[in-house]
This record gives sequence, structure tokens and C-alpha cells, in this order.
Amino acid sequence: MTSEEILKKLQPIFRDVLDQPDLVITRESNASSVEDWDSLAHINLVTATEKQFRVKFALGELQELKNVGDMCDLIAQKLPPENAPL
Amino acid sequence: MDIFQLPIDQLLLKRKGLRRQLSAAEGLQPVRIAVLGGSTTNEVVDLLELYLLASGFQPTFHQSEYGRYYEDAVVDPAALVGFAPDIVYVHTSVRNLQHLPPVSATAAELQRHVDLEFARYQRIWTVLKEKLSAQIIQNNFELPPYALLGNYDVVAAGGATRFVQELNAAFARAAESDPRLILQDVHTLSARIGLEQWFDHERYFSYKVHVTPEGSVALARSLTSLVRAIYGKTRKVLVLDLDNTLWGGVIGDEGADKIQIGRETPIGEAYTAFQEYCLSLQRRGVLLAVCSKNNEEIAKQGFEHPDSVLRLSDFSCFKANWEPKHENILAIARELNVGVDSFVFVDDNPAERAIVEAQVPEVAVPNVGAGISHFAEVVDRGRYFEEITISAEDLARATLYHSNAQRTKAESRFATYGEYLHSLEMVAEIGRFRPVYMDRIAQLINKTNQFNLTTKRYTLSELETIASDPNYIGIYGRLSDRFGDNGLISIVLGRREGTVLHLDLWLMSCRVLKRDMELAMLDAIVDEAKAVGVRTLLGVYIPTKKNGMVADHYEKLSFIKLGSEEDRITRWSLALDDYKKRNTHISIQQVNAIP
Repeated sequence: MTSEEILKKLQPIFRDVLDQPDLVITRESNASSVEDWDSLAHINLVTATEKQFRVKFALGELQELKNVGDMCDLIAQKLPPENAPL
Repeated sequence: MDIFQLPIDQLLLKRKGLRRQLSAAEGLQPVRIAVLGGSTTNEVVDLLELYLLASGFQPTFHQSEYGRYYEDAVVDPAALVGFAPDIVYVHTSVRNLQHLPPVSATAAELQRHVDLEFARYQRIWTVLKEKLSAQIIQNNFELPPYALLGNYDVVAAGGATRFVQELNAAFARAAESDPRLILQDVHTLSARIGLEQWFDHERYFSYKVHVTPEGSVALARSLTSLVRAIYGKTRKVLVLDLDNTLWGGVIGDEGADKIQIGRETPIGEAYTAFQEYCLSLQRRGVLLAVCSKNNEEIAKQGFEHPDSVLRLSDFSCFKANWEPKHENILAIARELNVGVDSFVFVDDNPAERAIVEAQVPEVAVPNVGAGISHFAEVVDRGRYFEEITISAEDLARATLYHSNAQRTKAESRFATYGEYLHSLEMVAEIGRFRPVYMDRIAQLINKTNQFNLTTKRYTLSELETIASDPNYIGIYGRLSDRFGDNGLISIVLGRREGTVLHLDLWLMSCRVLKRDMELAMLDAIVDEAKAVGVRTLLGVYIPTKKNGMVADHYEKLSFIKLGSEEDRITRWSLALDDYKKRNTHISIQQVNAIP
């Protein structure tokens, strides 16, 4: 899955968790540019994202991210390569 | 949609939207819950909110500052007191323990450390009880994440595992002897999930959330059952299908001697085990009923099978016919005089489950699947029959309802109803509220919905305050007859203002309907009222969805209607100067003056 495809899949997660049906996130979005993305919402976003993509972020990985784009890239790294033998 | 069956990723994702939908329901019961947490509690609180909304509550929450569960109760409780909670949940974990003994500890040192830890919590509970009238829920502890001594950790006086087990035993003893304190059994909850799926080390190091999302769901669901139990919304009736639910095979096709039950085959073993589970529920006070598409006569033969654990007499109601199941369920509710919201329905057939779920949404319909091996587990996991205490009445309930069936039969042989009442040889014990009955009085007040004029709820501590206030007259009534003891079944609570007594509460268990017990209660409250100079009784009827049966209660007792207000509330008055005793069928037993 490419970083762009991941961004598309993150879109509804952010809308649902933050309960903002019209929210549009971009690679540049971050906690200060998105309304209600506070520290508690952050825990919910991370947990929901981990469940949806079936990935687990390691300690410290999230602190280094600047924006949603970085998060997409990190998820892309964690997903198994497509068409890989199971 | 049943949010109790929603998978966890959907819950986490859709929480806010679900909350909006569920909050729109009408008639939700407000409940104020304070959470004193030793870790970040928001996720548990968010999930608890959803489950409570889906259970008919409208919760408002107050959460302590992070990790200040002790300080916010003991040192600086102003915010908590200001919030005026109905329930305080002290949520701590093994990570919050402060007095773990050193590995080298002796037995005496272990005991001292347990005492120190226990005293810390006891201090919290004592302050909460002094400052608030709330019910307290305190969890016990999951086993520690690491066992430094391996298997020996549970043996050695210095083992953390041993320490947690001793502490949990002390918590259980404290909760057993204190009705204000309810224990949430986190030890078992975490064991069911498994400690490796319970602790979430990443989230703990990052955000101080100490359990996994699955752990949060388990905590929230168990709390929901406790809140339901505190408010008397525990379910009471287990309605069971027969073919392929209580035995293997179709009795109408194969015959009673061919059904699978007993110890001979694996399938027979499994049905026997489920029958044993149902019988254990019946013995602790859950009513059993049959709802089956069958010929009644043939269906009953199943319980004459020598290997059947359940006997016909274990069922309080038996419906085997060809009517749709939801109609039979409504008929069972009418016959037992119990609301369908206290029903749990178990059927192996998904189509029958679906129709009952759709037509009578108040009934709990666990998805038991089709594999009999897991029926008991699924029902058990639902925590439908959660209890916070076990009263003698609970244990005797099944017998009582059975006696009721015999009474119904006796009734048909008398020329007049009065003759029938007389034949029951009823004896009532009526007296002022007494400490020995306070638990049962609180239980009855908080779970009676039908014969209840005002549906006002009181916590145990409010009732204790009332019992010692000279301006209140609270009386209870017990009724027994030649078929058995019905237990404590009626309560009237009056509040005196000068020569007027306001009847704030009048309620009765439906199992003694039409027995003239209300006349005996009226006689008794009039006696008590006159003794302190009261000349007028004032009653009020506040209609709810469930108490339509008492709309004419005061009219029947010849009170005068004073008019009605908005919301169909009616007010009634009775002058006492010429009052004559009304009860003729029940002999009244004098209660000795016991403090």
C-alpha cells in the first residue's frame, strides 16, 4: 500500500474518531491544525489506527512524527509488502 | 444495533457517533459517576458511557486528576463532594500498589505490608462514606506482570503474587461486611483475558493507560453490569427453547426416549452440562421458563427422561405450542408478572433469536451460536444476572413463584374472592424500618417498577438517614400464607409536615398483588401517623411507562382527588379523623419494639 493509499484510509478514521464528518486531512495536517486533536484524542487516534491497519507503533516512533504524512510513511514501512507469500 | 456485540475496533472508531445516537433515546435514567483513577481512565470511561447509554442510563462523569485517586478522595475531596456522585469508582491496578514486601520478607512482615496497603484503601473508603452518600465500587487486583520467583512467587512471603492474593482476600472480606462497598473482580476479569493480553506496556509507558483496548472493554462491561445491579436492573428470568437447546434432537419427531441427554455420549454430556448450569441459576433465584415450538404434552415428557437434570417443577412457566415465540414471551411476562426487560432468551435457532430480538427488543438475546458446548459460557459472559448481594428473598424466589402457581389453582375452587383470601391464612408482619431489613428495603425500593406510586429511588445511606429522622415514618410489610413466606414485599414512606403526612413512597412486589396487603399497609401507616398527631395523608401518583397498574391505587383506597398536574401526575388526600380499619383478611403480627 502506498503512502497516498494509506492517507485515503486514514481519512475516515480521523472523521469517525474526531466525529467531524467533513474533516479533510492532508499530509501536512498535525495536532495544531486539526480541531479537537488533543492528547486524549491522540490516544484514541493511535489506538484506532493500530487496530485498523493491524500494526503496532513502537515506543518513541510517534514522538518523532511531524504530521500525518510522516505517519503514513511510518505505516507504509510497517505493512507487509503486497503480494508477499503468506 | 446491539453495541454489546460490536467488535472493539468498531467501538473505538465510531464511539462519538454512537454516543450521539444513543443519547437521543428518551427516558434515560441519570446517574453521576466519579472515577478516581490510578492510571489514565478516559478510554474505560468512554466505553462505559456507551454501554450505560445502551442500558438505559444517562451518565455524567467526573474523573480525578491523573493518578490522584488517593489525594482527590482523602486530602482534597472538595471537587468530588461538589460533583455529588451517585457512584464512586476507585480504579487502581497492581501498578499502583505501594507496599509490596521485600523478597526477604517473613510471614509477619508480609502481613504488616498487606495491612499497610489495605489501610490506605480503607482510608479512601472511609472518607468517601463520610462525605458522600454514593455507592463505592473498588476493584481488586490483577496478578503482577512479572513473577520474580517463578512458581515460588505465590508461596514466598516476599512474593508479589502471594501479596496480591492476600490483599485481594482482605478486599473481599471488607466488601462482604460493608454494603456501601462493591468489589469489581479485576483478578478474574484479567485472568479470563489472560495477563499477556491485559497489560499494555507500550500504552502504559506512553500515556499511562495500563490495559489493552480489550482490557478496557472488559472493565467497562463489568462496570455496566454492576451499575445495572445497583439500580435493580439485573435480569431475573431465563427463557429456554427445548429441542437442541436443553437436549439434542427433536422430541416431537424422535420421541422422548431418543433425545440426547445424559452421560452416554459427548453430545449428551454437553446438554447435561448446560441443564446443570440452568439449574444452578434457578437455585440462586433466577426463574426458568420454557418457550418452545412443540406439542405441550410431548415436550413435557423430555423432563421425565431419567437423565434429565431439570424437572418440570424447576420451571415457573411453560409455553410449548405453535404460536410465534415473541408472543409466548409476552405471555410468560404477563403470567409471571415480570417485565420483559428482565428476560434472557436462549435458543439454538438464529431465526427464532432474530424474531424475538426484533419484536421484543427489551429481551436480552445472547448470540449463543449453534454449538451447545458454549451456551453456558456465552450466557455467563453476558453478566445478565449480576448480583451485588444475595438476600434470602433471592434464594427463596423460585419457590415463591411456584407457590403462586399453586395459589392460582386453589383460587378457582372458591365461590367468592374473599373466601379465597380467607383460605390463604395470611399473616403479615408490619413495622417501622429496622436495621436488619435495610438491605432488603433498599433493594425493593430500587427495583420495584410496577406497583410503585412515585418510583423514587434511595441509596442505602439515604435510607439510614431517613430511618433516624423523626419527621419520617417508614414502614415495611412481610406477608406469609399457608403456601409459604413471601418475604418483605411492601414499603410505605411518609414525610411529616405539621399535621400532614406526605406519602413519598408506596410500593409493593407484584407477587402479592390482589391480596389486600395494601389495606393492611394503609391501616398501619394511619396508626403510626395518628400517633404523632397527623390528621391528613397526602398521596401522589407519578406515572411511568411501567406503573400504570397503580394509576387508581388511591382512588381504590377512597382518597379524594385533589386534581392533576402536567405529565398526568395526580394528587390525593385522605382525612384521618373518622378512619376505620380496612383490612379484614390478613392477621397482623405485632413486631416487638426492636431498635
